[in-house]
Amino acid sequence: MLVDFLQLSLTPMLIGACASVTCALLGNFLILRRQSLIGDAVSHVVLPGIVGAFLITGTVSALAMLAGAAVAAIVAVVLIEVIRRLGKVEPGAAMGVVFTAMFAGGVLWLERSNASSVHLDVEHVLYGNLESLIWLAGDGLAALVSAAALAQLPPQLFRLFGVLLLTASAVMLARRGLILGTFDEAFAASVGARPRWISLGLLLLVALAAVAAFEAVGAILVVAMFICPAATARLLTNRLGRQLELSVAFALTATVLGLGMATYGPMALGGTHSVSGAGMIAVISGLQLATACAFAPHRTRSRIGATDAP
Amino acid sequence: MSPLLSALLLSAGYNSALVTLGAALLGAAGGAVGTFVLLRRRSLVSDAIGHATLPGLALAFIVMALLTGDGRWMPGLMLGAAITAALGLATIDIMTHRTRLHEDAAIGAVLSVYFGAGVVLLTVIQMLDTGNQAGLSTYLLGSAAGMLRSEALLIAIVSGAAAITIFALHRPLTMLAFDGDYAAVRGAQVRRLDFTLSLILLAVVVTSLKVVGLVLSVAITIIPAVAARFWTDRVHLMVPIAACLGAVGAYLGAAVSSTTHGLPTGSLIVLTLFALFMLSMLFAPGRGVLASMVRHHRFRLRVHERQGLLAIAHREPIYDALTLRVLRRANWMRRDGVPTPAGIKTARAAVENEVLWKLYHDLMPVEASEMVNQRMYPVHEVLPPDTVADLLRLRRQAIAGGLVEPAYRGNVPRAL
Repeated sequence: MLVDFLQLSLTPMLIGACASVTCALLGNFLILRRQSLIGDAVSHVVLPGIVGAFLITGTVSALAMLAGAAVAAIVAVVLIEVIRRLGKVEPGAAMGVVFTAMFAGGVLWLERSNASSVHLDVEHVLYGNLESLIWLAGDGLAALVSAAALAQLPPQLFRLFGVLLLTASAVMLARRGLILGTFDEAFAASVGARPRWISLGLLLLVALAAVAAFEAVGAILVVAMFICPAATARLLTNRLGRQLELSVAFALTATVLGLGMATYGPMALGGTHSVSGAGMIAVISGLQLATACAFAPHRTRSRIGATDAP
Repeated sequence: MSPLLSALLLSAGYNSALVTLGAALLGAAGGAVGTFVLLRRRSLVSDAIGHATLPGLALAFIVMALLTGDGRWMPGLMLGAAITAALGLATIDIMTHRTRLHEDAAIGAVLSVYFGAGVVLLTVIQMLDTGNQAGLSTYLLGSAAGMLRSEALLIAIVSGAAAITIFALHRPLTMLAFDGDYAAVRGAQVRRLDFTLSLILLAVVVTSLKVVGLVLSVAITIIPAVAARFWTDRVHLMVPIAACLGAVGAYLGAAVSSTTHGLPTGSLIVLTLFALFMLSMLFAPGRGVLASMVRHHRFRLRVHERQGLLAIAHREPIYDALTLRVLRRANWMRRDGVPTPAGIKTARAAVENEVLWKLYHDLMPVEASEMVNQRMYPVHEVLPPDTVADLLRLRRQAIAGGLVEPAYRGNVPRAL
């Protein structure tokens, strides 16, 4: 039982937790800035970049994919801006045009090349392969302190942990500017907090988190984690610091509960296989949000003067 | 005849002709309903609808597989998809109206959570091991190849009905899109209209699942509408233009994909629509990139012409190469830089025009500052005739009263 857990469940849980917490942290600011759907758009537009990187380098190396994804993301940002300016349409519609076209291009490219036979396919991009990130060397508690066994942990774990550290420290360091720029961009500019650079940095972190996470957990979980934990926390408190803490807590509980239910739930019901872990995490975080929508203390727009913020 | 050509000419067999025509009707319906969704600023709602169909598809598949042994009957799948998509729409509505979350968060939450639930159900279907589970994967990215005749007919009928409903309701929907309050004052049932629009959108998205696939279904309602935005500013033209663009894109995409097995139809349709969109953005008259570049170039020449003429009138030297070229091309200046008689005459007219504009600016500063880009043009081409007559009268009075010289420079006295 313990060996099973170490080998099959521990690494998906850790990787899922890193991805979820990273996305949830950034999601707090996306929600307040009404840019929640950027996560959705980013996880769609990077597909052609990743396919292209794979076809050029011939490997599924993380660095090449990240570079390809970055190029795709830049192309998308430029296209969205051009369409928005020239067409005078709302940003959402411009985004919709670009991310559907780029995703369609990625899918077609994938199908026409032989990339789909190796490691890349559309289902993988959407659902991730959390269950396949196992740690076969973890055959006992001793493995937790054995360098040889730890070296065989899936590389995604280190990558996502790195992104999590980077995101968390960036949010900590730029906290003041982030908050100012989120609530009052003009004021932030007047006190020299450089809101434009902060917005750009946020966008970059979102893209980095989306690319690093979706290889392991899939685009759908990335989108869910950008929005659900932060939205749940937003309905529970009026203070941003508290909201950040709560969103991390919700992301962690959703990951552990979701993966646990996906792995052990069907077995408890007499099934033989597990169901999709990424899907289950998304469902649990959706249930958290639904509960908050129904009962949370700050679920409605606060009236003027009726606020507990200092 | 090549397979592509015969597919385009609908002569590759009755079935594929039906599929292609069904896709075209679907594209038309998507463009038409998408126009109003775009104007109502709710384009990405259809993304949530598309993703929210997955749990319904999977549940309907499970129920039908348990009851009949085969879960692939399309009308049943469409019904299941419509039910969860409607639930998703209701969730968005409740979240945006009853909580303080904004619509973008509601859309994203519904999109990801419903899709996540659908993915869980897909793995449940794999567990049930009913065989035939491949039937569902075509709904993810769409596949026109191997579509049944009855399925193509159903798609054509629903799309046709949606398109006709949109055309029948286009007047109240236009009012709703531009000014919901005004529509309410005029007696339109705003909530019911919004509900109807959502219902048509839902019908179009659910119908598009088999052809376009749920991940990209949002494209057939967004891309044609945004493309049509470049061609016109008028709704009653934008709706048919979007419908035509949608129909052509879907028709071409479906025809191409029917020639090669295994090509994702949804991607091909979306890319064809995007190509049409790029053509619209580049070449549409009025708002297209090329048209704006031409307009900008003309304006630039006009500015140089005016500056050159004023410089001639004021006997100032001209160094700018473009200004010199413009003046020479109009025969207002000789090669050696000496103004021609025609040039001097036009330059005087330009000065006079400038004086009239200054007069207008002094009389009506607010209006004049809004027209600052129009000062390149003669007053009588820009301002209404009575205003021009007033300006000319004031100018004659000023000259006759000895207040100013005809070769006037400087401010007109406020006494005017």
